Amino acid sequence: MRQCAITALPSVVKKFSLVLVAVFLALMVATAAIVWGMDAIDERQAASAQVPSETEANVIERGAYLARVGNCMACHTSRGGSPYAGGRGIETPFGTVFSSNLTPDNTTGLGQWNTNDFWRALHHGRARDGRLLYPAFPYTSYSQITRVDSDALFAFLGRLPAVEQPNKTHTLRWPYGTQTALRAWRALYFKPAAFQTEVSQSGQWNRGAYLVRGPGHCTACHTARNAWGGSDMAHEFSGGLMPVQDWYAPSLTSPQEAGVATWSVPEIVQLLATGQSARGATSGPMSEVVLHSTQYWSPQDLEATAVFLKTLPGTDQQPRGKSTAPSSPAQGASIEAAGKGAPLYEKHCAQCHGKSGEGVPNAYPALAGNRAITLPVTANLIQIVLNGGFLPATLGNPRPFGMPPFALILSDQDLANVLTYIRTSWNNEASPISELDVNRFREKTVQSGR
Amino acid sequence: MAQRTLACTACHGDQGRAGPDGYYPRIAGKPAGYLYNQLLNFRDGRRHYNPMTGLLDPLNTAYLKEIAQYFSALDLPYPAPLTYTTSPAVLQRGETLATQGDISRSIPACTQCHGEALTGVEPVVPGLLGLPRDYLNAQLGSWIAGQRRAHSPDCMARVTKKMTAEDVTAVSSWLASRPLPGNTRPARARSTVSTETNAIQCGSAP
Repeated sequence: MRQCAITALPSVVKKFSLVLVAVFLALMVATAAIVWGMDAIDERQAASAQVPSETEANVIERGAYLARVGNCMACHTSRGGSPYAGGRGIETPFGTVFSSNLTPDNTTGLGQWNTNDFWRALHHGRARDGRLLYPAFPYTSYSQITRVDSDALFAFLGRLPAVEQPNKTHTLRWPYGTQTALRAWRALYFKPAAFQTEVSQSGQWNRGAYLVRGPGHCTACHTARNAWGGSDMAHEFSGGLMPVQDWYAPSLTSPQEAGVATWSVPEIVQLLATGQSARGATSGPMSEVVLHSTQYWSPQDLEATAVFLKTLPGTDQQPRGKSTAPSSPAQGASIEAAGKGAPLYEKHCAQCHGKSGEGVPNAYPALAGNRAITLPVTANLIQIVLNGGFLPATLGNPRPFGMPPFALILSDQDLANVLTYIRTSWNNEASPISELDVNRFREKTVQSGR
Repeated sequence: MAQRTLACTACHGDQGRAGPDGYYPRIAGKPAGYLYNQLLNFRDGRRHYNPMTGLLDPLNTAYLKEIAQYFSALDLPYPAPLTYTTSPAVLQRGETLATQGDISRSIPACTQCHGEALTGVEPVVPGLLGLPRDYLNAQLGSWIAGQRRAHSPDCMARVTKKMTAEDVTAVSSWLASRPLPGNTRPARARSTVSTETNAIQCGSAP
């Protein structure tokens, strides 16, 4: 249709159009060249490094610890598959990226790689053959990993049993899968950067900052991403909705969300080491982070992390997606919904969470004053109630209590009413939840076959 | 432990006696090794039901084993079997398959591995009685389709691939119609393995 329209245009316009197209193409080529050039600079490889006096066994042990800290295994192992052999699909809004085989297999793994290749992948986000890597591999954080730590990680991976398992091809939609798209993305959102020590802060604080910003890659979830998947680093740690999974990683800066400025260091350490604390518990993807990663961090590293997290600048700003205060009619509806929710709460929830949402220490989280209940983004709350769940089984909490799934027990309307009741009772002040909000997540639950 | 496992009994019924709709089977009294293997199968992608996988993901093997042992130790009465309208010919075919198998097609009898009384064998072979027909049909169907798997070598996958749709209906109908015997506990593990049993290699029952 469009072609027909163009042929019908007077020839002057046609010529003008051609000129425009030519100029546009030239601009594209020029931009591409600049973007490519930007990406190619500064890839001189730092010399391989080793901490003096460290034996080979020490290096491998440190590498194993760092792999835990970075939770490499979680993404680089498929469900039921060989550890570190890759093949797990990471769903993104642009398609699925499959993790790669990190075992030292010569043909399908890292067998042919050396420490420089590995450093280039972590620091520059480039594979051994020069291809740009997809940022589902969080090199935006790993870029801050020191050369010494990179070498230790590589030494550890080199000692894993080699597993022959070819990498799966990513299934990204055009044009996201192209190297050109990646070059453009990197020009906008990535610059290789070594970790910068803050001289005004203590060594402990700097260690925490390094763990959180570098190998721990907390930013990957706790910082919002824009429509192109770039992290909004101007609002670092201000919370982000994880795409596809639809879990909200709460803000680590806001006192209304998961900011810990007022927590004590032992409380923060306890949460990361066991999955629960007197001030709150983990759920969803964070429980798996605790299960596979943070429970194994050394007490010193957890303390350093706590010290750093406590100093994140507090924000009171309304995060993205926060619903505005309900207007009068909505408030009326909210009161009505909460009224209907009260008897449901008595029947289904009070047995564990208490008549006044007070909970039971070390077993059932309190709902009164619980920030996970009043989060402006309600995705987590709805999924917890629909699907139930356990706190992570950790050394410090080896036999967690389970929350039953309510998907089969309560209708969307009942769930909306009881959640609205919980969000507006016992001094909790949050917006109501609608039947539609619940239904969106129930569809996801039902989609999964038996 | 009952309090810790409310997440399980919400669907699998009070004390794990089975859910109301036929798709959430009884877990009470099944061999502990069988229950543990199923928890691992859901966690590791050999069985597929997202809500189940989601519950297991934050747990470790030590706790999964304890949960399996807890439900296995519950010795609770079974309800009477549901009544289905099935023709006597179909039930007869089901009984023959279950108790004698079909030698011409190398289909072993269910009783060969699941116990003479079909109440299972310790520690890993489940009983087949007290389960709704819908559940049995769904499980045999998923095994044929490759949706349900067990540790390799997967003996049930080999057996079910020889079965026709009529075989599945017949054997499910007969099993679902049978009342439980007086002793509902799984049989003790057999110390001597017959040559027939030996012919079937099961990764779940090494």
